[in-house]
Amino acid sequence: MTDPDRTADRPSADLVKRETAVEKARQKTAALALEFGKAWEYAPAPETPDHIKLEERYQLFIGGKWMPPKSGKYFDTVSPSTEQTLAQVAEGNAEDVDRAVKAARHAYDKYWGKMRGAERAKYVFRIARALQEKARELAIVETMDGGKPIKESRDVDIPLASAHFFYNAGWADKLDYAFHGRKVRPLGVAGQVIPWNFPLLMAAWKIAPAIACGNTVVLKPAETTPLTALLLAQIIEEAELPPGVVNIVTGAGETGAALVAHPDVNKVAFTGSTDVGKKIQRALAGSGKRLTLELGGKAANIVFADAPLDQAVEGIVGGIYFNQGHVCCAGSRLLVEESVHDILVRKLKDRMATLRLGDPLDKNTDVGAINSRAQLERIKELVLSGEREGAERFSAPCELPGKGFWFPPTFFTNASQSCRIAREEIFGPVLTIMTFRTPDEAIEKANNTMYGLSAGIWTDKGSKIFHVATRLQAGVIWANTYNKFDPSSPFGGYKESGFGREGGRQGLAAYLEVQ
Amino acid sequence: MAGEKTKTATREDDGTTLPGTAGLPRGGPIARHADSEAPVPRVTVNKAYKMYVGGAFVRSESGRYFQVRGSAVGHDPDPPTVNVPRASRKDVRDAVLVAHNAKVGWAARTPFNRGQILYRLAEVLESRSSELEASLVRGGTDGDEAAAEVDAAIDRAVFYAGMADKVSALVATHNPVSGPHFGFSIPEPMGVIGVIAPEKPTLLGLLSTVLPVVTTGNTAVALASELDPRTAILFCECLATSDFPGGVINVLTGHPFEVAPIMAKHREVTGIDAWLSDAELRTQVERLSADSVKRTKTHAPRDLEFWLGERQGQGIGWVEPFLETKTVWHPVGL
Repeated sequence: MTDPDRTADRPSADLVKRETAVEKARQKTAALALEFGKAWEYAPAPETPDHIKLEERYQLFIGGKWMPPKSGKYFDTVSPSTEQTLAQVAEGNAEDVDRAVKAARHAYDKYWGKMRGAERAKYVFRIARALQEKARELAIVETMDGGKPIKESRDVDIPLASAHFFYNAGWADKLDYAFHGRKVRPLGVAGQVIPWNFPLLMAAWKIAPAIACGNTVVLKPAETTPLTALLLAQIIEEAELPPGVVNIVTGAGETGAALVAHPDVNKVAFTGSTDVGKKIQRALAGSGKRLTLELGGKAANIVFADAPLDQAVEGIVGGIYFNQGHVCCAGSRLLVEESVHDILVRKLKDRMATLRLGDPLDKNTDVGAINSRAQLERIKELVLSGEREGAERFSAPCELPGKGFWFPPTFFTNASQSCRIAREEIFGPVLTIMTFRTPDEAIEKANNTMYGLSAGIWTDKGSKIFHVATRLQAGVIWANTYNKFDPSSPFGGYKESGFGREGGRQGLAAYLEVQ
Repeated sequence: MAGEKTKTATREDDGTTLPGTAGLPRGGPIARHADSEAPVPRVTVNKAYKMYVGGAFVRSESGRYFQVRGSAVGHDPDPPTVNVPRASRKDVRDAVLVAHNAKVGWAARTPFNRGQILYRLAEVLESRSSELEASLVRGGTDGDEAAAEVDAAIDRAVFYAGMADKVSALVATHNPVSGPHFGFSIPEPMGVIGVIAPEKPTLLGLLSTVLPVVTTGNTAVALASELDPRTAILFCECLATSDFPGGVINVLTGHPFEVAPIMAKHREVTGIDAWLSDAELRTQVERLSADSVKRTKTHAPRDLEFWLGERQGQGIGWVEPFLETKTVWHPVGL
């Protein structure tokens, strides 16, 4: 059948009518856009760092003593929001690592491995309490050293770090019950390497279960954020733990490599990039060392049309802009059911207009500084690739401070699954939005990644949550919520996001030989 | 491609036996040749041994083979040397593909159903126990040990049949988080697991490594013992007549030094359980596993006592390494 009106160059009356209706709707939507005016300009409310006394130079914490590094070298740790040097930190070399491992072995043989669980527990409880007592100081230093907003370090990082010690302390004298009466014993010396995104919290995730289970520890903090781990060392010193139970060796990649390669280390725990994780797994082949890896992610946050959209928007913002997106489990791929894509994007833009970026020490700040210049460069490069590959960029309209490393909260629409921004971990405040039509398509797209750390599901239908949750290849699924953490809740990935779990009873298995 | 040369059997021609016969026919006078007064030896039908992939018995796509010589058993004092497929890279990939395709359906079955299928396998094994025992002896296992091994293998199938719907109760947790959320962590299968079965014990070793993997919903690609692949193939005949869906357990025959590295490199293989006598090969498998962050466990050989033991040779500890933990959070509120 031919319709004389439907020719290529002469649109039908119907079509014209429809387009006019669409245009009218568009104008109406534009008119609905929120006008914030000056309503969101807050007076500055900075947390004062006056009472914080940082030392000019930090040594290595080995065998309960503060020791200058054999390398004789120190490096600066810089505030990413001001580019000011906060302190100098020792650069541990292979010799320092060896000293630390020997101290840990000695402590394991002499005190810690033999101590009753009930006694070990009390030491670990001491650490938990001291973290609470010094919470304010730790939060401020964490924010200065890492650039994260004070409200996050104050409300999330530090309380959770303390909670991890508290939780694991209680396990120390109950390990015989943890695995249905199977006999357990500690592994020995654990070498632990942690990242810069949650410096103290990661130290707590690693140290607390390790020492509660009776192991001793050599921990290597990230080179851009070593300060809170060193303050933790002071706490451990003040808590009078036997010397050598926890040793902190600061340094960069080479220091970490020396630690994981040390022949007298029984267990390696690493949190960081998938690339480095693979190198460690390769290096440990044939060594008989136990290994757990918590690596990268590219989580899908799936929003179904029946989801409570305003709550979902909060979850999306929390999922990707929390801690500037420096989160391995960040919800960096937003999969939206096609029918609600436009309205969700509009709501997201409105919400992003209210995000305050700036001084991380300001209690009103939502988005802090990017952790380092190198990380900022990587984010910029990936964002550029997104533009080049044809995705549409939106960045929140906010002013960036003149000094420091900053990137505005950003998202891409019209991105395809093959785009680098949809495949690679950006580790920054950059969201990639894609659409789907059926639950099966959402699941397939969500699983179309080498990673499998986490995922989000937003829907009002309970049965749909379980249907989707069982099909997603991810270690942590947040349904109608996102980025929630707890020491009693196992965390860790599927596929190339690593193996092993941290937290909960499952987290103990990483530090015990279960017979 | 040429197979590997093995020594051909030396046969003494004492006039009482003929090559390729199993001595006198088992049936006595009834089995006598119609035209002959005296009993004549019957020529046996030799089996062509094939690998078990996707529920079918297949040759190696490569056409390669290796030879296995049998030890004396029962009525057959001098079993022939047989050709067994020598699995190639492509065979491994084909098997992984089949296992990959089978994994969604297998994992989606209820644990109760998987348990029933494993129990059915035990029933089939029991009904063929004398044949399995004879096969082990032919493969070089001592007679008494063979009987004990078959018994233990059947019991192991029963053990893991009953495990399928208990795993969750043993390892799952409710997580009492500080906040208005309900959270739990449950075990899930990993996907396709590569198994390099131990050389010895050939039957019990294969069951003890493969069954804990599949009882939880994983699928397996296993390499049978190269010392006695025929018993493994006989086990596959039991699988084929049990209720196991094709592709859940796939068994290849060949050499660990060839197959193990290919499994370790394959990105669709999520985990490996490799029992290897060669320490260097164990290291190589671990190293190659890193490229895809594979969950790989390697082990040195253990003695028969270890495998027979109810505390050591089986247990939840065999199941756990090939489970993922999935944690789910949901808000609580009105």
